Amino acid sequence: MKVKEIMEKLDLRLAAGSSGLEGEIKDVYISDLLSWVMAHAQKHSAWITIQTHPNVIAVASLLELSCVIIPENADINEETLKKADEESIPVLVSDANGYNICCKLYDLMKDK
Amino acid sequence: MDNNSSAINYTFSIEKNDFSRAGQASSKLKKILMQLGIDSTITRRAAIATYEAEMNIVIHSEGGAIIMQVNPELIAIYAEDRGPGIDDIELAMHEGYSTAPDWIREMGFGAGMGLSNMKRCSDYFNIDTKKGAYTKVTMKFLLQGGVVDKN
Repeated sequence: MKVKEIMEKLDLRLAAGSSGLEGEIKDVYISDLLSWVMAHAQKHSAWITIQTHPNVIAVASLLELSCVIIPENADINEETLKKADEESIPVLVSDANGYNICCKLYDLMKDK
Repeated sequence: MDNNSSAINYTFSIEKNDFSRAGQASSKLKKILMQLGIDSTITRRAAIATYEAEMNIVIHSEGGAIIMQVNPELIAIYAEDRGPGIDDIELAMHEGYSTAPDWIREMGFGAGMGLSNMKRCSDYFNIDTKKGAYTKVTMKFLLQGGVVDKN
């Protein structure tokens, strides 16, 4: 499923990284510990995290993640958005919390 | 370090507490490896290990550098800092152990996974440290048919 489709179906707001919207999402990963993500997240995953500093984009880019989803409208550092544009990593923001985002993603992706 | 004349060398300087530029060295390194046409799985492993080494220098050291050498047999990454050195390497290698302060942990670092991630990703891993002086991490990633020498 494409990042763009997930964005539309989950009513996510695009904060940066529009050039990565055609990327494929094959899995979902949730964690706020960057080294844990580095050790375990699979490429082409959507990553749900409340961390919003620029290193999130560095991790997403190095791991070739499809997008970063920020729950509960958390504030995002300007530097993070700039870096997301440079690295073509879509940063999507949701009103919902992490659990509710996952429930919706599960419903969307279970038949894919 | 290898003095192989066919090796390509890159050096990235890493500053203490420079979180705004943190991750740049590993990102650049990854792009270089991709341009060189290195296998994507090996490139990913080298990039992950280098990121962890880079963050360790930013978080825990007085600053240092990451040196990458690429030759037809392998990729060698040397991460060297100017101290303060590691008290107990065995403990530091233990997953979940970290000396990172609270403000670093709040950013999602300090999970105590850095060194074990580096070891897991690399084909050869060595750490050498001297209290009050330096820590030097050596990691090697074999390319097709490469053989690790222990230097």
